[in-house]
Amino acid sequence: MAGSPEESVKRPLTPDQRRGFLTRTLAIVCGGLATLPPLVAGLWVVLDPLRRQGGAAAFLPVTELPSVPDDGMPRQFTVVDDRVDAWTGFVAEPIGAVYLRRQPGSQQVEALSATCPHAGCFVEIDKAARCFRCPCHNSTFTLDGGIVAPSPSPRGMDSLECRVEPTGGVAVKWQNFLTGVAAKVVKS
Amino acid sequence: MTQSPSSSHPAKPGMLGQLADFFDDRTGYRAFVHEALYERVPGGARWRYVWGSTLVFAFMTQVITGLVLWASYSASAQTAWESVYYIQHEMAGGWLLRGIHHVMAQMMVVLLALHLMQVVIDGAYRAPREVNFWLGLILMMLVLGMALTGYLLPWDQKGYWATRVATNLAGLVPLIGPSLQQVVVGGPDYGHHTLTRFFALHAGFLPATLVALLVLHLTLFRKHGLCARQPLTRPDAMFWPDQVLKDAVAMLAVMAVVLGVILLPALRAVLEGRPILPGELGAELGAPADPSQPYAAARPEWYFLFLFQFLKVFEGWGASGEFLGAIVVPGLVMGMMFLMPIVGRWDLGHRFNIGFTVALLAGVGLLTALAMREDYCATWIDAAALADVGELIEKTGGDEAQIAAALGNDPEKIRAFAVRKKSWDAARHSRAFMEASEQAEVDAARAVVLAGRPERIPPTGALELVRGDALSQGPKLFAANCASCHGHVDPQQPDAQALLAKTSAANLHGFGTQAWVRGLLDPEQVAGPGYFGNTAHKDGEMVNFVQHDLTDRSTWKPEDIAAVIAGLAAEAGVVHGEVTPAPEVALVERGRVLLASSEHCGSCHTFRDNGTAAGSAPDLTGWGSREWLVGIITDPTHERFYGDTNDRMPSFGKAEQGSLPMLPARQIALIADWLRGEWYRPAVAGH
Repeated sequence: MAGSPEESVKRPLTPDQRRGFLTRTLAIVCGGLATLPPLVAGLWVVLDPLRRQGGAAAFLPVTELPSVPDDGMPRQFTVVDDRVDAWTGFVAEPIGAVYLRRQPGSQQVEALSATCPHAGCFVEIDKAARCFRCPCHNSTFTLDGGIVAPSPSPRGMDSLECRVEPTGGVAVKWQNFLTGVAAKVVKS
Repeated sequence: MTQSPSSSHPAKPGMLGQLADFFDDRTGYRAFVHEALYERVPGGARWRYVWGSTLVFAFMTQVITGLVLWASYSASAQTAWESVYYIQHEMAGGWLLRGIHHVMAQMMVVLLALHLMQVVIDGAYRAPREVNFWLGLILMMLVLGMALTGYLLPWDQKGYWATRVATNLAGLVPLIGPSLQQVVVGGPDYGHHTLTRFFALHAGFLPATLVALLVLHLTLFRKHGLCARQPLTRPDAMFWPDQVLKDAVAMLAVMAVVLGVILLPALRAVLEGRPILPGELGAELGAPADPSQPYAAARPEWYFLFLFQFLKVFEGWGASGEFLGAIVVPGLVMGMMFLMPIVGRWDLGHRFNIGFTVALLAGVGLLTALAMREDYCATWIDAAALADVGELIEKTGGDEAQIAAALGNDPEKIRAFAVRKKSWDAARHSRAFMEASEQAEVDAARAVVLAGRPERIPPTGALELVRGDALSQGPKLFAANCASCHGHVDPQQPDAQALLAKTSAANLHGFGTQAWVRGLLDPEQVAGPGYFGNTAHKDGEMVNFVQHDLTDRSTWKPEDIAAVIAGLAAEAGVVHGEVTPAPEVALVERGRVLLASSEHCGSCHTFRDNGTAAGSAPDLTGWGSREWLVGIITDPTHERFYGDTNDRMPSFGKAEQGSLPMLPARQIALIADWLRGEWYRPAVAGH
């Protein structure tokens, strides 16, 4: 029957009723189930990037053979390609850079990725010292990309496959590699 | 589970117990948890106490889903719609995430109303709980603020136009209004900074404030204890687990309703035996916001409809009316609610408060219903029964004296007419709204198709795609610029003749196809409303030629006519996917000879290099092609087309010196593309 608040305070509590276990379990199950949908939906969306894959490596036209100096000194070229960034499609966007060089009289072009194999910075060319130098941690490389010890970089600069088309166009197989490891592993 | 390999340590419960002791010694968390869980509930757990907990639960859901949405959202005028599109249509589970966030936001408004009702009816605002009641009211305004700011973030037509109205109303605040509006909008006009500011409000300032006040709200709630509804019929219980169980069941029910609302379209699709359409599940996403496109379907979210409708009460009062309706009255109502704890000190005051809250909610419900009724009344008003009202208004131009005269100046009839005119008007407005809503759905679906092109969305944003899309822009441009003279009516549809009778120029439906040319060369049709019937060319040479020369079987054999039809349609290229079948190639060749020949079409028409001078009739070279259509829309008075025999058609692309053309070149091209059925079609799987 009815009771005033004063009475109610005096009433003894029986925290461990017989139904206690069932009530606790049900409370936890119901609360957990109610919270599950936002957590599941959130996790589902957060993990979406795992479904996405980069494009397959392809030969991209970079320049014409006469533009590559034949004095053994590398020159920097911009790599241009169509690029998709989530919902945006870019047409003919600069996506990176390569160093190209060729030896005197040679029709062969060597290509080096401008990405430092140490930590991914942009390697610069030091023409006066006739070497490559990374501005981040001072990794130094020879003009053919070889490692100059001691160096923070675990390997030399990454060479890229390069071919000279019969028309004189120079195409480079554009790839990214894992940084910080001694082996040259293609990043998918 | 495998056991820990190390057996030298004590058993797990002991280890965990020690760890718990370690933290309890240093934090005292056990006492804290105990205090949190073992709150006395006088009179035992009750369902009526669950509303506050469900609100906390709803808010937590919004925090979880909101944070993940934040991780994929990009607040700028070129990326907001695009990123939301990406979440909704391309990210795994994105539809569910948006759906929960969107529906739970609406649920929160409902729960707020229930919580408020419960607090007022139970008198839980009375001493010493006044401050907590005021905190609750502020929390309510924060939630409504989050609802308002969140509506804009997808940057679609609906959110854009609805929020423009809301921010314009902010401009009505005395003295600081215009500055306030400019600060909120982030500049003199809507743009990037509107989004960044709304986003910062929605995901930063408002929720942070809400959390701070919620902590205070809960602390005070615990300080005062539960305001138990008298009489207490059962023994006291603990918050844990008795009340927690009821709370958890209520949360589960809330989540079930949310999921139900999200999944309802799927159930409907399954029952109708059709596939679930993209974008049907989860929160809706309209077409990208376009300040240059009218949006007649703009409405606030349903829980703000009452305010929208309330403003109509003050229609005709001008700016002061809007000020009254949007700021003064809602401000007074809020003020009244803040005074409730004071008023409620007296028993009569408490009853007044209950009455006030019930009346307020009833008023809100009534206004919402009225708003819905205005929008959807066309579904139940019998339009056919009111057709004569429309006819009379059209005939008299709405002139009251003329209408009265037409009704025989009978006051009884005039009064009856006025009543019926009211429903006729209501139905007309409602139909316009419903059509705009349908159009909005079509536009939204098209924007999604365009965004899904393999080329993806250009960096300039999806709006560029929509603006350059012949399928969505063509009908609008045609309606605005061409349809006052030209029809675009499928001749096969039953009311085609009646519709075409109202036009004054050729029917352009299927222009460029063989079917269109066949009709043109049909003596029965050439002078009909679908071709030259309602133009100055009705008695022209072409009509005369089709009706007399072409029927002369000695000069024009049926196969010759078929050849001309095939040859001319071939000039238009592929129109509406109609490709000339291979066997007809010979026919097309024959047709070209006849088109050029001075004995046949070439006697008047220029065709390729047949040497017929321009000016006597339109050049048929490339007839119906995109280039030809752009040319004739740009300037039909050019000698290549009708020259000085042009009948009333404006030169849409020709500009007088120093002025702009009627239509920019891009829009003319869109009309041409639309007439020719050239627009992006997604590749169908398996083709």
